[in-house]
Amino acid sequence: MDALIAVLSTFTNPVFYKLTLSASTPLLFAALGGLFSERTGVTNIALEGIMLMGAFSGVAGSYIFSSPWIGLILAIISGVALSALHAYASIRFSANQIVSATALILLAQGLTGFLLEPIFGQPGSTPIVAKIPDIHLEFLGKDSFLYKMIGSLSPFVYLAFILVLVAYFIIYKTRLGLRMRAVGENPEAADTLGVNVFKIRYFGVIMSGVLASLGGAYLSIGELGQFSENMTGGKGFIALAAMILGNWKPKGAMFACLLFGMAEALNEQLQSNPQLAIPSTIKPLFNLLPFVITIIVVGGFVGKTRGPAASGEPYEKKG
Amino acid sequence: MKNNKWIKILIPIVSVFIALLVASIIILIIGEGDLGQRFVFLGTAYSEMIRGAFGSSSALMNTIIKMTPLILTGLAVGFGFRAGVFNIGAEGQMTMGALAATIFAVNATQLPSFIAIPFTIIVGMLAGGIWAAIAGFLKAKTGAHEVITTIMLNWIAYNIANWAVTGPFNDGSGTPKSPEIAESAMLPNLLSSQATFLSFGIVIAIIAAIVIYFILYKTSMGYEVKAVGFNPYAAEYGGINVSKNIILTMAISGALAGLAGTLESIGLYYRFYGTLSSGKGFDGISIALIGQNNPIGIIFASLLIGGLRTGSNQMQFAGVPKHIVTIIQSIIIFLVAGERMVMTLLRLNKKKGVK
Repeated sequence: MDALIAVLSTFTNPVFYKLTLSASTPLLFAALGGLFSERTGVTNIALEGIMLMGAFSGVAGSYIFSSPWIGLILAIISGVALSALHAYASIRFSANQIVSATALILLAQGLTGFLLEPIFGQPGSTPIVAKIPDIHLEFLGKDSFLYKMIGSLSPFVYLAFILVLVAYFIIYKTRLGLRMRAVGENPEAADTLGVNVFKIRYFGVIMSGVLASLGGAYLSIGELGQFSENMTGGKGFIALAAMILGNWKPKGAMFACLLFGMAEALNEQLQSNPQLAIPSTIKPLFNLLPFVITIIVVGGFVGKTRGPAASGEPYEKKG
Repeated sequence: MKNNKWIKILIPIVSVFIALLVASIIILIIGEGDLGQRFVFLGTAYSEMIRGAFGSSSALMNTIIKMTPLILTGLAVGFGFRAGVFNIGAEGQMTMGALAATIFAVNATQLPSFIAIPFTIIVGMLAGGIWAAIAGFLKAKTGAHEVITTIMLNWIAYNIANWAVTGPFNDGSGTPKSPEIAESAMLPNLLSSQATFLSFGIVIAIIAAIVIYFILYKTSMGYEVKAVGFNPYAAEYGGINVSKNIILTMAISGALAGLAGTLESIGLYYRFYGTLSSGKGFDGISIALIGQNNPIGIIFASLLIGGLRTGSNQMQFAGVPKHIVTIIQSIIIFLVAGERMVMTLLRLNKKKGVK
């Protein structure tokens, strides 16, 4: 009974909701990124690698130039670079998109691990660096529930949720968005109507790089202030699952990311709850929860949602 | 295309060459001093690598020890590729195989070796096979992409293994490791040199490669697998049960990875530490691609990657982080995936973008 009350009390704690938002943030950036790429017809499973590279570049910039903002710029540049490689191989050379993306994940793991020592002088993880400061919405009242929930967060968190609206607007309300959707559904038809299929696809893939690298940068210079090897720990793939669950729509992806974020927040809260006193030996079993949920979601919903028809198919101009 | 076969061999070789070239440039950049000193540094790094991988009998044995699981994860990924499934989860299947096999082997104290060893291997292969078949089942029945599900299964396997060796399956030492396996379940050694022991695992791995070669090229099952990989719609139309084939392919692929984990446990560590892999599942991808999914090609590719891995430990002493091998592999995978890049580079592809 006590345990049940302890579990339930989690839900009345504003910190739980705050954790949900911050755990959803990196997923949301990457899921929106994946969405931009897939909507134009290029599968980008390299999100995991782009996030990792973004997380690393952010810390490297902050460390070398003592400014987390320069770190942020470097992170975005790294995201553009990695995604441009993916775009070049898959659009220009019709490479197998899944295999090319796998190579980039590996490249990110290799490069970040390799550069740790030359740049920071230590393997495994970096020293603590300056973070991008949190925003405090003090007008909400310092002791209010609302303030504790959404009033004091990293600017990345607010940005991620604003980007949901921006993505919605771009995809559904602009000419560019219409073209993206056309290219993702039927590139031949779009081409016939004079849309530059390759250009639109480059745009989609590179946007995915920008967004996923922001997700990675949040993990390092937004949240922890540090980079450690393979710190993304599968988040790029969970973001892909969220994109699928959200039916390739920005709003849907947001709710899916919140669901995964909540699972993570709940896990964190339960593990650290002194009343439950969960022994450390069974903590790994709790840690596998988000992954189990992802499999259930991907396995259970994939038939019921539908991705862009031409996603993953290289396009070659005829004639 | 008439010279298709040569191009198939040429592309991975050129890719490996370009990857090594890029790695050399990276090493030159992180080196110190003037250009001459940097080239000396590069030379030292590579000669240390070669010495570490092939320079002595124990170095060579270490390379073969590294090769053993790599042949199997390479076969696992390559066999999947043949049927059009991308098994990126060899890591998790290895872990589950090793965990199950070790549990069996620890308790096999009453069994004679000729029963204990084969049964341990069967248990490990079954565990890996079932673990992969989950992803195969989901792909066949709901269309869930195997890349996502196998990656998630990797993390789940990692956490289960972690829980097992720190909790119920701990040897009582408090550090994360299982008890030692029964002596009767230990794989006998083939060779030994100083403190290095080479078990019969390599023989088993090569036999597995021959069996897979036989299945792929000499049986109707192999024909069906390849037909599904080549064009699932045509295969279905031709009366092949595509769902069944996808699940079966994943199960076989997982069983191979499970065998890799099992051999690590009964032929090398004699216990299970919860994690095996410094990325052996991912290594399998590059090996399958370099070997062009051909079992014989995969054996040679494993020698290359195993050599790079072993040599990189020695290279680290020369001041080059061993992550350089991961970078080399990623470049190889990238180039083989975009093989037309290589072909354009070699001017084998006259018209751009056209087959």
